[in-house]
Amino acid sequence: MIPVYTRPKSLTDVVSHYCPGCTHGIAHRLVAETIDELGIQGRTVGVASVGCSVFAYNYFDVDFQQAAHGRAPAVATGIKRVRPDAIVFTYQGDGDLASIGMAEIVHAAARGENITVIFINNAIYGMTGGQMAPTTLVGQKTTTSPFGRDPRNQGYPVKISELLATVKGAYYVARFSLHDPANIQRAKQGIKKAFQYQMEGKGFSLVELLSTCSTNWGMTPLNALKWLEENMVPEYPLGEFKTGEVS
Amino acid sequence: MSESVLMKGNEALAEAAIRAGCRYYFGYPITPQNEISEYMARRLGEVGGVFVQAESEVSAINMVYGAAGAGGRVMISSSSPGISLMQEAISYIAGAELPCVIVNMCRGGPGLGGIQPSQADYFQATKGGGHGDYRLIVLGPATIQEGCDLMATAFEMADRYRNPVMILGDGMIGQMMEPVVFPEPLDLTKLPPKPWATSGNEGRKKNLISSIYLDPEELDAHNWRLEEKYRKIRENEVRYEILHGDDAEWFFVAYGTVARICTAVMQKLRRQGIKVGLIRPISLWPFPDEAFEKVIDRAKGFLTVEMSTGQMVEDVRLAVDGRRPVYFYGRTGGAVPTPRSVERRLREMMDGKVPSQTDYFDRVGGAAR
Repeated sequence: MIPVYTRPKSLTDVVSHYCPGCTHGIAHRLVAETIDELGIQGRTVGVASVGCSVFAYNYFDVDFQQAAHGRAPAVATGIKRVRPDAIVFTYQGDGDLASIGMAEIVHAAARGENITVIFINNAIYGMTGGQMAPTTLVGQKTTTSPFGRDPRNQGYPVKISELLATVKGAYYVARFSLHDPANIQRAKQGIKKAFQYQMEGKGFSLVELLSTCSTNWGMTPLNALKWLEENMVPEYPLGEFKTGEVS
Repeated sequence: MSESVLMKGNEALAEAAIRAGCRYYFGYPITPQNEISEYMARRLGEVGGVFVQAESEVSAINMVYGAAGAGGRVMISSSSPGISLMQEAISYIAGAELPCVIVNMCRGGPGLGGIQPSQADYFQATKGGGHGDYRLIVLGPATIQEGCDLMATAFEMADRYRNPVMILGDGMIGQMMEPVVFPEPLDLTKLPPKPWATSGNEGRKKNLISSIYLDPEELDAHNWRLEEKYRKIRENEVRYEILHGDDAEWFFVAYGTVARICTAVMQKLRRQGIKVGLIRPISLWPFPDEAFEKVIDRAKGFLTVEMSTGQMVEDVRLAVDGRRPVYFYGRTGGAVPTPRSVERRLREMMDGKVPSQTDYFDRVGGAAR
C-alpha cells in the first residue's frame, strides 16, 4: 500500500487547538508541505504572532519565536539579519498585521527584508472573541460593531496586498482564498513561490490568505466558506499583485 | 591597543560594544544618543556586523528580540522617551530570557521633556518599566572609561544570566569627551555556545523562544524560576565604590556623572578637615545595600544627590532602614547640581538646618537652594 496523503514532516503530530472548521489548519498544512517540498525544515525559523495562531509553534516542527502583538516582521528581521541562511517566515492574523502591526509590515516590505509573511485575513479578531478588525467588511456585524461596520463611524476595510504592492521593496505580494480545493491549490503554489523567492534572496514576500472564522462569524463551517466566497472575495480580489522588480 | 584616545562618550561606548563582540545593533534616532547609532552605522560593517535603522523604537527593540533569540550578540541604545516605547518588548525579552544590552542616555522627562542630562529614569530602569515580574541588571557608569569597561561585563552577564542588561547613562556622559583606553577586542570564537537559539533545527529538536504560559501553575513556576535567577544576580553582581569609608562620618550617595560632582565637593571638604565620604552604586540593580552596612556604624548621615526629584533615594532609605538620617538634593530637567549647591546642602545637613518631612528623610531641591 502506498500512502498518497500523509501528515507533512514539518507538522507535529498533535491535536490542534483551532476550532472545528477553521482554515488555519489548511494554511498550516500548505506552509508545512512547502517546507517539506523545498527541503528547508532544518533551516526554517517561524515567528508566531498574537492571535489564534499564537500557538503555531506547537504545530510546526521548526525553530520558532513568539512575537509581541504586531511585531512579527521586526522579530523576523532580527532573526534574518543574524541568520541570513535561515528561511524565516511570520504567520500573522489581520488584527496583528493590519492593525497594531501596520508600521512593522510596511517597513519590513520597504526594506525589502528577505522574509516571507503568511497573512491570514478572516475579517475579524478570533482569539479575543470576535471584535471588529481593520479588514472587517462594511456592514459586517462583530462584537464591537454590533450593528454592522458603518464607514461613517468605523471607516473602510484595509487592503493589505494592494497597499504593499505599491512598496518597491516588496518582491512578491499575492492574495488567495481557502474556500475550496481549487483555490487551496492556487494558494499552495503562491506560498511555495514566496518561499522560493526568499531562498533566491529576492526580498520581501507576502501571501494573504482569505480565511474563515466560523465560530466568531456565528456560522457552520460550510456556511462560513460560502460567506467567504460570496462576501470577502468580491471585496478582496484574488491574484498576484506584484512579482519582481526589486534589484 | 593600550593608548589613550580622546572620544565622545556615545562613540566610545559604541566602540567598546564592538570590542565586546557586539555584531548587531538596531536603533532609531533620538537625542542625545545619536552618535551611538551613527558610529554603529559606520563601523559595524567593517567587522562583519549588521546595523539596521528601524521605523520606531518599538520595532527596533523587537528586532533585538529576534536577533537575540537567533543567538546574536546584540545591542540597542536610545534615550528616555524611546526607552519608554521599548518597555513592552523589554518585558518580553526578560520573560523569554534573552541576552542583550540596552543603553539609555537619559534625558529630562516626563513626556517629551528635554534633551539635557537627567537621571529621572532610575525607577523605570530598576523597578521594572514594563509589565510583569522581571528585572534588568542596571549599570551606571560615572566616566566614559568605566562605561567602556562595563560594556564587556554587560554582554558577559547578559549571556550568563540570559537577561537584558541596561547601561544607564545620561546626556552628559554621552556628549562629553574624555580620554579612554579600550580593551583588546574579544575573541568571538571563545564565546560560550547558545544551544537554545533559533538557528534552524537541523539535527536536533526544535527550539522555541517565547514568554507565553497560559496555564497559571506553569506561569507561577516560570516566575519563581526567574526570581531564583534574580536572587543569584543579587548575590553575585552587586557593584559599588566607597570613598573614604574608613574615616568618613557624612556620606554622599550618588551614581553616574553626579557622583563625580559629589567627589569634587568631597575632596574640597576633606582638605578642610571635614570627614566626608561617598558611596557610589555602580550596579543600580541589584542595588548595593551592603555598601551601607560597611559604613553605617560610623555614619552620621547620608546625602543622596540625583538629577531627579528623588528616585534612588528610596533605595538608599531602604538600605539604611531608618538607622541614620537620609537627605536628598536634586535638580531636574537638564539642570545639573553645581558643586556649590551640593556643598551648601551637605553643610546644612551637617548643621541640622535642613527642614524635614520626617526625622530622617526629606526632599529639597530646586534652583533656589
